[in-house]
Amino acid sequence: MAAAPTLAVHCSGVMKAYGSGEARVHALRGIDLEVRAGELLMLVGPSGCGKTTLISVIAGILDQDEGECVLFGQDVRRLAKNERVVYRGRNVGFVFQAFNLIPTLSAAENAAIPLLINGMAMEQALARSVQALRSVGLEGREHSLPGQLSGGQQQRVAIARAVVHSPRLVVCDEPTSALDAETGKRVLEVVKSVAVGPDRALVIVTHDARIFEFADRIAHMDDGRIVGIDHNH
Amino acid sequence: MIRIALKMLFGDRGKYLGIVTGIALASVLMIQQPGIMISIFSRTYSFITDIGLPDIWVMDPMVKYFDDSQPLLDTALYRVRGVQGVQWAVPLYKGGQRLRLADGQLVSAVMLGLDDATLIGGPGEMLQGRLADLRLPDAVIVDQAGATGRLARPAATAGGKPVPLKVGDLLEINDQRAVVVGIARATATFQSQPIIYTTYTRATSYALAERKLLSYVLVKVKPGESASSVAQRIAHDTGLAARSADEFKRMTLRYFIDNTSILTNFGFVVVVGFIVGAAVTGQIFYNFTLDNLRYFGVFKAMGATDRMLRAMILVQALLVGFVGFGLGAGVTAIFAAATRGGTGLSMTLDWQLLVGSAVVVGIIVLFAALISLRRVKQLEPAEVFKS
Repeated sequence: MAAAPTLAVHCSGVMKAYGSGEARVHALRGIDLEVRAGELLMLVGPSGCGKTTLISVIAGILDQDEGECVLFGQDVRRLAKNERVVYRGRNVGFVFQAFNLIPTLSAAENAAIPLLINGMAMEQALARSVQALRSVGLEGREHSLPGQLSGGQQQRVAIARAVVHSPRLVVCDEPTSALDAETGKRVLEVVKSVAVGPDRALVIVTHDARIFEFADRIAHMDDGRIVGIDHNH
Repeated sequence: MIRIALKMLFGDRGKYLGIVTGIALASVLMIQQPGIMISIFSRTYSFITDIGLPDIWVMDPMVKYFDDSQPLLDTALYRVRGVQGVQWAVPLYKGGQRLRLADGQLVSAVMLGLDDATLIGGPGEMLQGRLADLRLPDAVIVDQAGATGRLARPAATAGGKPVPLKVGDLLEINDQRAVVVGIARATATFQSQPIIYTTYTRATSYALAERKLLSYVLVKVKPGESASSVAQRIAHDTGLAARSADEFKRMTLRYFIDNTSILTNFGFVVVVGFIVGAAVTGQIFYNFTLDNLRYFGVFKAMGATDRMLRAMILVQALLVGFVGFGLGAGVTAIFAAATRGGTGLSMTLDWQLLVGSAVVVGIIVLFAALISLRRVKQLEPAEVFKS
């Protein structure tokens, strides 16, 4: 039996540009980055430095122009379109800045979506999503609609949705920017506890210096490049 | 994910009701206007429809449509009876008469004179009295729309409701007495005039001013004979025109289509109704998809395949189309039932019209779904990171 890869993400020479001609903007200018299994890596840097573009490439929802990005030993870009979508559905979880919860679905139904996308039956998926909601401290709020929850609670539903199908990589884009400091820290504690494991990794894009203490490593980006990496331990 | 799609649709009740109401209104437009047009056209040959028994109508070759009856010599009846393959042939008088009501008012009406012996050509459904009572002295039968409408007696008090004609009431036709012996249901006519049924002999006495009074000869062919070959024989032997009921209806309809602007006017309204309906339906559903575009992007990022998203949007489109069309068809059916039987605005709601409009609504919602799908397909999942 093959050993689990120690590298969750391996990017080398990743380049990405938008537009053409004089309007062409280089978002990533040769990124070399590794994310290890079992770690929480934060990507920090000024607005427009390419952080969100980089996690989009890492998560397999955006194609780089050049370079290679391997996720748990699989170069996602080499997969056929449908295979790539299925691979992403099984192996990647997402947490968004604006939560992106469906307003007409209950917390449990929102959290069950990745399982439903992966073909699980509704009742079974709901049972699993209720467990995921408990793991993020939302026991008893399974039937609440997003509009009936506070910002922190909504973000915890989003975290439950990101981890409910046990993905190997969870990517978060500014998960605390809409939350106050105390709630933000609690959310970070929750997401770290459920998304990081021996063969799993968590990548967070953030501006929020208040949560830097949760990171194992912090990669600093500027103008499409990694300009430095800090180790927290 | 289909259940999720339905929850997304039903969850926002205001929006869902808005979509369904829009499609229902569009459906009403698309069913009602063609229905009214069909009703108006079918009135042009309503007499031929109501007189359903004969296989062949014999008439002067110059006749272009039912109301254009050209008088025939009475001998035409006997010549037709002598043609091989004719089981029976009866006369029919059709003409316009002026009736004087009890208050002295004059009203134009259509008079049908039926064969005295058989009363063939009489109304199919009697609401009051009996058809056989036409054999009583001075007897006439009046259609229900006429009895409750133009021929009704004035109200006893000012502002009151007119009193419908009933059995036993008297009328005056060409200074001659007429007694109402029955009220019958008849299909409304194109001119919306009251219909007076009487016997052929009495009709000829009411219509004193006319020399020739035979309008049509109604023919039944013998069992085993083909109606078309008997019609050809009648035409050959008598020099008259002989047409099947369907042929005569088509001829009458064709005349009104060619010589009036009904088709152009209603056709325009129908086309406008279709365009407005299509635009409203398409726009409403497309807006619904646009409102949910962000969430479809989230599904895409989370691994939903194009096939999965296609199924979700198609189910949403077909469901709102089905419910909206059902409501629209229901409202239109109520309108059709409420206006049935009168001489005023009415509509024909047959299954062909319902199926046709259902197909059109289906095509429209599917088209709207396809446009929505195209937008969802173009959506880059990475866009979900934009706040």
